[in-house]
Amino acid sequence: MFKSTDRKVFHDDKELAQVTKHSPVKYPYRLNFYDRPPLYDVTVEEFETCALDRLRILAEIESSAARNRSWEELKTVTNKQCTNHLPLQTTGTQELLESQRRKDHLGHFVLRLAFCRSEDLRRRFIKAESTLFRIRYDGDNTEERQLFLNSRDFNWIPVDAAEKSKYRRELLASYSGSKNESVREQAFDTERYYKVKWTRVPDLVEKRKVFLKAGWAYVPGKEQSSIVFQEFEVHLAKALELTARSLPRLDEDSRLVPILDNLSQGFLAGVPSEWSGSGEAINGDEIKAEMVDDLAKRHFPLCMRSMHDNLRRDHHLKHFGRLNYGLFLKVLGLSIEEAVVFWRKSFDRITDDKFNKEYKYNIRHSYGLEGKRANYAAKSCQQLLTSGPSDHGCPYRHFSLENLQTALLSTYSSRGLTSADLPEIVATVKAGHYHVACTRVFEMTHSSFGVKKGEGTGGGESITHPNQYAAKSMELYKVQQDSAEKMLVE
Amino acid sequence: MAVKEAVDTSPEVMLAFYRRLYPFKSLFNWLNHEHAPTRRFTHREFAFTLQGDVYLRYNSFNTAEELKKQVCQLNPTRFEIGPVYSARPKDKKTVRPGMFTPLQRELVFDIDMTDYDPVRTCCSGADICRRCWAFISAAVQVLHTSIREQFGYENLLWVYSGRRGIHLWISDKEAMELTDDQRKALVSWMTVIHGGQESSKKLNVRLNARSLPASLQTAVEHLATIFPEVVLSDQNLFASEDGYEALLEQIPDSQVVTSLRKTWSANPSRSSEDKWLDLKAQAKKFEKGSSQRTNLTAAMEDIILHYTYPRIDAEVSKHRNHLLKAPFCVHPKTGRVCVPVDPLHIDEFNPESVPTVGQLLKELDTAGRSEGEVGEHHSDWEKTSLKPYVDILDKHALRLMEQVRLEKREQDVSW
Repeated sequence: MFKSTDRKVFHDDKELAQVTKHSPVKYPYRLNFYDRPPLYDVTVEEFETCALDRLRILAEIESSAARNRSWEELKTVTNKQCTNHLPLQTTGTQELLESQRRKDHLGHFVLRLAFCRSEDLRRRFIKAESTLFRIRYDGDNTEERQLFLNSRDFNWIPVDAAEKSKYRRELLASYSGSKNESVREQAFDTERYYKVKWTRVPDLVEKRKVFLKAGWAYVPGKEQSSIVFQEFEVHLAKALELTARSLPRLDEDSRLVPILDNLSQGFLAGVPSEWSGSGEAINGDEIKAEMVDDLAKRHFPLCMRSMHDNLRRDHHLKHFGRLNYGLFLKVLGLSIEEAVVFWRKSFDRITDDKFNKEYKYNIRHSYGLEGKRANYAAKSCQQLLTSGPSDHGCPYRHFSLENLQTALLSTYSSRGLTSADLPEIVATVKAGHYHVACTRVFEMTHSSFGVKKGEGTGGGESITHPNQYAAKSMELYKVQQDSAEKMLVE
Repeated sequence: MAVKEAVDTSPEVMLAFYRRLYPFKSLFNWLNHEHAPTRRFTHREFAFTLQGDVYLRYNSFNTAEELKKQVCQLNPTRFEIGPVYSARPKDKKTVRPGMFTPLQRELVFDIDMTDYDPVRTCCSGADICRRCWAFISAAVQVLHTSIREQFGYENLLWVYSGRRGIHLWISDKEAMELTDDQRKALVSWMTVIHGGQESSKKLNVRLNARSLPASLQTAVEHLATIFPEVVLSDQNLFASEDGYEALLEQIPDSQVVTSLRKTWSANPSRSSEDKWLDLKAQAKKFEKGSSQRTNLTAAMEDIILHYTYPRIDAEVSKHRNHLLKAPFCVHPKTGRVCVPVDPLHIDEFNPESVPTVGQLLKELDTAGRSEGEVGEHHSDWEKTSLKPYVDILDKHALRLMEQVRLEKREQDVSW
């Protein structure tokens, strides 16, 4: 990538030696302004995994914003996600740190390629990336952060003591701090000030947190981060626009475009799903065909629930509906024998002969018993969201708002959803955060199990897979049942 | 309004105005900053409001003559100026949507008398008189100083909007290049009174509960000098019960409020000045440096700000692509020309003395008769009372052009 081939041509030993001599450590700091693109060879697989892992975190940040999480909550959730998918430690062996930072660096640049293409994607990417940067900046220790800041020229002018005392009254007036006046003044006296053009700290100007004189903003040391964050955003915005312009001229490998396409779609769907079915582990009891009706009422997300209702109403489902719903049931724990029974009973208006000829094969196929014999995974939210308008995709995306509201009420009013909750869901849907809407519905309909707003399926995780929704719901139900049983025994 | 004379802004009158009086050349120089047409003019959006409220957007012109020709042809009731786009606005439909974005735009402010309705007693709505112009005059003084001293911009053009407000156009290079976010930040720095009906709400401008930010401290010191005249004597705002109740709402000390209310309801004849003195006396009762005293002094500062600080129409300033009426257009309701105003003599400005289009054409007739008919109508405004106003714009444009010229020369040297 990034013309690495061009570089190889000019590579000779001397240059290589020089490069290594000049930078014994490639990534000296945890924080990165991503000034330089990665100029080394990467496998296609690494290209994709780095990006996917980073995307998970960015998508979580996005959905947090849509769900109005506080800064502290956001930090906890993101840090947790980061430890799982994109750890970035301060201490450890040189090798470990390098590899973590390399992954961070690479992932960022791959996503730049994926998200530079439209104004909307760029805006969202900048927002999510700068939030991630803020979280990391916040979590960095003071020493490391100072080293990082020194490594870069932020173009701020330190205000000397004479100038500081000249504007003492003005500076002090906009210096926030302790309620106690003398404590505040003491803190002010030790504070260092920096001068930048006011346009570089619009957030501070907006809140009147700085002193302005002839276009210069006098920024106190503790608000210094504002300059850094603003710089990060402006820098990234420029870089993205540049990338967007040169993307068509990129000496492109046909293997990368599909990956990039897939990535930018992933942002739309929220999070690339990480839910890989562990159905048996959750519910020890096998699911029988006759239990599906009951389970659907209690535990299914709206997409699967509406397919189930369609099946009951029409005594039939179209091909992709059967496929999506069938795979969902498979992962839920319905065995092949039970599946055949379930579908046979559901299609009760056709003859045995027709069923065996036209449908049984497909059911067995999806269980990996025919044809290619592949073990097909159930469709994730991302796949359902991007499959195009249909009656078996994501209802939050494909239903009209009126129909969605009717469907939500008729489906979930028995589980605690009231019409007062609808405006919030509708607003989220309108903003295009379909998975957030679904997660909110989950939270609302499971409030009796103690699920609170913002908790999602635990730890603030959003819904990314219909099976994740159902499994969590069943788990919650089981825990309650168990404790109820225990109470009875005692 | 003083005299309800028949305001003539008929199409014929407007056409004569555009043909003979409108200073297109001055407008061009002001927008373009140079003699030869640049993108600042050629990529600039003009929007026309035609007779019968037809609205034509995304017009652009190569030269001042082209603009004049089109204006005379369409004969709009008014026209507005928008941003400099990345492509010619008239080609908007042929360029890719992503390639058509606003790049530059004067930083503009709009102060409108309607926002002052809760604090003026003399007129309301669209009406304006000399007395309420004092509010605008105070706003201009504060804004003019703040923008220059805090943000360092120098090229400010103030334009009377023709009826009840005033516009400010800032043409500094840095100001023209501000992004929407930066504009938003600047506006919010400048805004103290958040409009709407909740105007009785207390201000929230103090960062540390006590001291005002430096920028507002300077403003309040100036406003305190005009507050007695404008609010207390001219408008006599606290005379009525509603008026003084609104004042009491902003006083944090409930004991002071009860005692003042008692005195004032017993003596309905007490003037606003008396009441303000009563409030001051109450504050003086507390020891200097005590928390009650500081709270009351702070509240009094807030009150001064509340009644006299500029009330800016924020939406106008926030976005680069907001259109604003061009200077020297004619206000269709009053017939008055939107003339530039000297901010240093804003006190002496009388909106009712601004020439109307009818008056100007009459002046032109008289001048023409005494001099004998001349073949061409060029710069006919020189013979009318429009001249001093065009001179203001010309002087302003000349300064801009000089700056650009010097800047260019400096760049040349560096080669």
